[in-house]
Amino acid sequence: MSAVERIKEISGVNPLKCMKCGKCSASCPSFDAMDIKPHQFVSYVINDDVEALANSKSAWKCLSCFACIERCPRDVQPGKLIDAARQMLIRQRGQEGLSPDEIPALLDDETPQQLLMSAFRKYRR
Amino acid sequence: MSEMKFSYYPGCTLRNKAKDLDEYARRSALALGFELVELEDWQCCGGVYPLGADEIASKLPTVRALNNAKEKSQDLVAVCSACYHVLKRVNDDMANVADIQTRANNYMGLEEPYTGETQVLHFLEVLRDRIGFEELKKKVVNPLTGRKIGAYYGCLLLRPSAVLAFDDPENPTILEDFIRAIGAEPVVYPYRNECCGGYISIKDKEASEKMCDRITESAAGFEADCLVTACPLCKYNLNKSGKLPIIYFTELLAEALGVKEDVQ
Repeated sequence: MSAVERIKEISGVNPLKCMKCGKCSASCPSFDAMDIKPHQFVSYVINDDVEALANSKSAWKCLSCFACIERCPRDVQPGKLIDAARQMLIRQRGQEGLSPDEIPALLDDETPQQLLMSAFRKYRR
Repeated sequence: MSEMKFSYYPGCTLRNKAKDLDEYARRSALALGFELVELEDWQCCGGVYPLGADEIASKLPTVRALNNAKEKSQDLVAVCSACYHVLKRVNDDMANVADIQTRANNYMGLEEPYTGETQVLHFLEVLRDRIGFEELKKKVVNPLTGRKIGAYYGCLLLRPSAVLAFDDPENPTILEDFIRAIGAEPVVYPYRNECCGGYISIKDKEASEKMCDRITESAAGFEADCLVTACPLCKYNLNKSGKLPIIYFTELLAEALGVKEDVQ
């Protein structure tokens, strides 16, 4: 299975439905931090350029706030594609975005368990 | 009012850093004539809904909680926004996504397959839809008159609205109605359903702080004295900006019902 097919399978998304309105990127709270913007992400999948996605910062900047998913008029759900690209990375050994060894230095007295749980779910398998 | 009982899913954080969110909720429930009965042996929901269509194992703790409530024939209540979000979305998968339903049930091996029968409610929905804000208003003994309170919804209660069906995702009103019912004045400001940064604050604190500053500055600009939230992670992130006190909605509820001092 090609990497693009894999992204489509994990996300359950059909990127060909996209009509390039850009509403997802306009809604994205991480827009400034993303090198590949949400609407471009959809095009990269269509154009079979998964390597660029894997090397982009965007997969690590998505907050799963679901604003793009809520507002997409074509139900393309770019946030699911971005999440799938990150999943493909973290399912490979050595590609995790967070290691337990890093945790003690990242904690303060108020850190909620919810933050640790969510971050481990998002950044590591 | 006859005694209402709900199954209750507190979640990991309400047992630890957000004990107050939990204790004020339980105490307020009793004052309002309903009881939150904690599920036995619940497991952590994972904090975030696993978006991958092929992820099953990470959804199973949630399926167990949903099925336990079904076996008790009770609706399942959560107070934490994240738990509510995960419970609601996994429940939707179990009702409507054949592949997840089949594979999760194969794994669980229940006597009767679970297919999304449990109704999941947020504590705020219990107030709105089961008690009613008018009834709540009658039970208030200590109205928070003169307090100007901004509702902070964030993401997890509202989106995606096709599944959450909690309130209008772009112009919600439930928290404002709640604030009015406890005698305070709601402050509507534009960033109330914008993201606080969520889990990104584990490593990229700056990114989250930038987002939270925008939210608290906006609310302060509309003259809010404080913000209310139902989410421990939103509270943690928003607190870092230090511009406004961030308070759990259940604390204000307990205060208005005159039971805040009962909680230690």
